[in-house]
Amino acid sequence: MALLSNAAVLVGKEVRTEFRSRELLSTTIVFVLVVVVVFSFTFDPTSSESRRFGPGLLWMAFLFAASLMLQPCFLREQTADTLTALRLAVEDPFAIFLAKIAANTLFLLLMELLMLPVFAALFNVSFAAQLPAILLTFFLGSLGISVVGTALAAISAQARMRELLLPLLLLPLLTPVLVVSTEVTIRLMQAEPYLEWRGIGLMAAFDAVFLTVLWLFGEYFLEE
Amino acid sequence: MLRRIVFAVVAIGLVACATYASFYVAPEERTMGAIQRIFYFHASTAWAGETTFFVCFVANLLYIWKRKPQYDWLGLACAEVGAACITVVLVTGPIWAKPVWGIWWTWDARLTSTFVLWILYICYLLLRTLLDEPERRALLSALFGVFAFIDVPIVFGAIRWWRTQHPAPVIMGGPGSGLDPVMKKVFFFNVLAMHVFAGFLIAERYYLEKTRHGVELLQREAEAR
Repeated sequence: MALLSNAAVLVGKEVRTEFRSRELLSTTIVFVLVVVVVFSFTFDPTSSESRRFGPGLLWMAFLFAASLMLQPCFLREQTADTLTALRLAVEDPFAIFLAKIAANTLFLLLMELLMLPVFAALFNVSFAAQLPAILLTFFLGSLGISVVGTALAAISAQARMRELLLPLLLLPLLTPVLVVSTEVTIRLMQAEPYLEWRGIGLMAAFDAVFLTVLWLFGEYFLEE
Repeated sequence: MLRRIVFAVVAIGLVACATYASFYVAPEERTMGAIQRIFYFHASTAWAGETTFFVCFVANLLYIWKRKPQYDWLGLACAEVGAACITVVLVTGPIWAKPVWGIWWTWDARLTSTFVLWILYICYLLLRTLLDEPERRALLSALFGVFAFIDVPIVFGAIRWWRTQHPAPVIMGGPGSGLDPVMKKVFFFNVLAMHVFAGFLIAERYYLEKTRHGVELLQREAEAR
């Protein structure tokens, strides 16, 4: 119980820090917009092709954005060595991870939801009827990205070349999330949409597996 | 020293015998012809590489648990040898695939997950070069190694369910049913030889890392005086 209440306080802190400046969210949103526009130059975005390639492109943009967005979540703590304070304050260091994962999932979802109508308009796909299923897909995908991404951000924050290192470690590890969320989103955006439960199940399994691994090994990531 | 020389002679001798067996003992495959003989080398190296990565995973877990530098050396040695094995697999695979399937590469589950596995362990080795402090390097790379090893079966599952548009002859890739008894014997002899050879390389790499550690300690001692 202490774990959850500690985590809840820390989520509040993460969200407050971000919404004071909003720099992370605004930069990421503009980045995704730029990526989507740049991608659209590589094929004809008005044809039926966009239904097939659009979701993959969207998830690629989300993944690239996440690899930049997750970078500061441990670097921010280094400037005033607040990580040591956090570690002393909480009983279980997993609470720090849990809070950062929750906050990062929230930021990613916010960014994705803001980008979704823009994407739908630019690429001429309709999704309105499938909104609950899309939300579920986005939630599970973002959770997977933040679980693995937050753990790797803790690693890359302690290394040289950290800006380059995080995407390098993150993108291959997230192959399953990219493949599955793309396929599920394609099926939700096609002419006769349906929700593929097998994909939802695999994403949930991915999230659960890595959350468990992080719960088991979380404290070692933050060792001095 | 003598033990190392004996190990080297045995490992190289086994690989030489296995190569001879796959060229002269194994019967010629009916449809693919001589090119099929690459299978003995290709698949046995893949098995050896996968075993090596499993040992690397165990070494990573043991390091996190026990914090003995020996496990870090073993993890590094296994990751390097495993990456080398998978490199061989990824090179011999297309050489075999081109005349048989007519293409160099296909994004099928087994190929793609092998490729992702290779990239993950290249990243593991890269990560090690970017962490300066020895203990932190050992711990953080071990944690990444655990993540990487767990990821691979999920990659395989995800791609097998959604991205399997491969041509049917891929089934020939495995030592599945219908393998000639002589072929089977030659294949498993190759698997044994490759495992011993990988073990020899790991032992050598481990020894090198141990020596390097000893030199570092001596240097530190000399500086302190």
